[in-house]
Amino acid sequence: MSYLNYNNVGITAISAAVPKRVIKNREYTEFFTKEEADAIVDKTGIEERRFADVETCSSDLCFAAAEKLIEDNNINREEIDLLVFISQTPDYRMPATSCTLQHRLGLPNSTIALDITLGCSAFLYGLSVVYGMMERSGLRKALLLDGETRSKVYSPRDRRSAFLFGDGGVAALIERDPKYGKSTFSLNTDGSRANLIMIPAGGYRKMSSAETVVEKVVDEFGNMRSDEQGYMMGGDVFNFVIREIPRDIKGTLAYAKKTVDDFDYVVFHQANNFINSYIAKKMKLNTEKIPSTIAKFGNTSSVSVPLTIVSELQGKLDGNKELLLTAFGVGMTWATAIVPFVDCKISNIVEVEHGTAV
Amino acid sequence: MDTNSFIEHFAEAIDVEASRLSTQTEFRQLDEWDSLAYMSIIAMIDEEYSMQIEQLEFKKLVTLQDVIDYIEKSK
Repeated sequence: MSYLNYNNVGITAISAAVPKRVIKNREYTEFFTKEEADAIVDKTGIEERRFADVETCSSDLCFAAAEKLIEDNNINREEIDLLVFISQTPDYRMPATSCTLQHRLGLPNSTIALDITLGCSAFLYGLSVVYGMMERSGLRKALLLDGETRSKVYSPRDRRSAFLFGDGGVAALIERDPKYGKSTFSLNTDGSRANLIMIPAGGYRKMSSAETVVEKVVDEFGNMRSDEQGYMMGGDVFNFVIREIPRDIKGTLAYAKKTVDDFDYVVFHQANNFINSYIAKKMKLNTEKIPSTIAKFGNTSSVSVPLTIVSELQGKLDGNKELLLTAFGVGMTWATAIVPFVDCKISNIVEVEHGTAV
Repeated sequence: MDTNSFIEHFAEAIDVEASRLSTQTEFRQLDEWDSLAYMSIIAMIDEEYSMQIEQLEFKKLVTLQDVIDYIEKSK
């Protein structure tokens, strides 16, 4: 058990973009009945999600969010020395999407650009990597971009995942400033559970072939997917979350000598309402401090924590605030972070269609 | 463990009348059983018995008695 600490770096401003297209889950009945859809929505709390069209990638959502961030905060592009792009739905298998975004955003060739490939906990991982580089002297401004188009990953014919996931992208400006004080991160990994959430084919272990794109019936309930679509062993994911997340939160709080009451907000990964409510109940948390976007955006993987901040905390992060962030998922990885926010500027959410902001 | 209270917890979790269940009920044969019901059972077992049953192990359990025995054995 170890904890990472940083001093005097923080998120100065943050923005988000979502696809314009709204999917209403109770009407998502192409492959399932209205009764099935209603039962799933009642349990998961996911009423609506946003789906990207074929012309919109994670990078386009992040690009739109980043342009909004730059415009709203009059950021000098020449001063952006670091760009980190987080996604498991990148544009290409190569090059890294961060490289194409450096060019599209008009950033100088001296910008450091790299991708981080992790799932639901990745915003916290990405934040810690950027904080680590920004804490050193030299770099002026960093952009942390985090985008996902999970709608393109899961089979619409597999009811265990068809109603959960949505798309979105965020952009965060990270700078060095003594006003931020200390941040603490707990970052964890259990690769023995790599098979719990997976897209088995399309990488280099099981390369794309005529066979990998064929949809097959995968269980006794008639759910269908191909090996190039994601699956999730929901039971063991839930078992894992129940076991690890309360423990990690408690451990991090004990290390930092804080209690949940010390925080202005607690932002969870937006898995689904059943899981999130259960953790909140198990840990006896005050739900008034827990903003949620599960109902309107569903599970957007790593984007869900920052998207929830942008969507729900606009106008609420003036002055000195301290947030507890917790995320968990594919890998399996899980993370908890204590992050100060000081007068953080939150932009209005941008909508994207055909790859561009509308 | 009290068998009756286990059956009551199980019934409440998946929203069926406890009178429809017995230790010999093969729960996967119930109309109410699906992946959502399974999530509720995971939560119930954690809440009431403070334990988790891995999916691979849980798949081997057929009747409610099997679940009771597994929980007893794991204590």
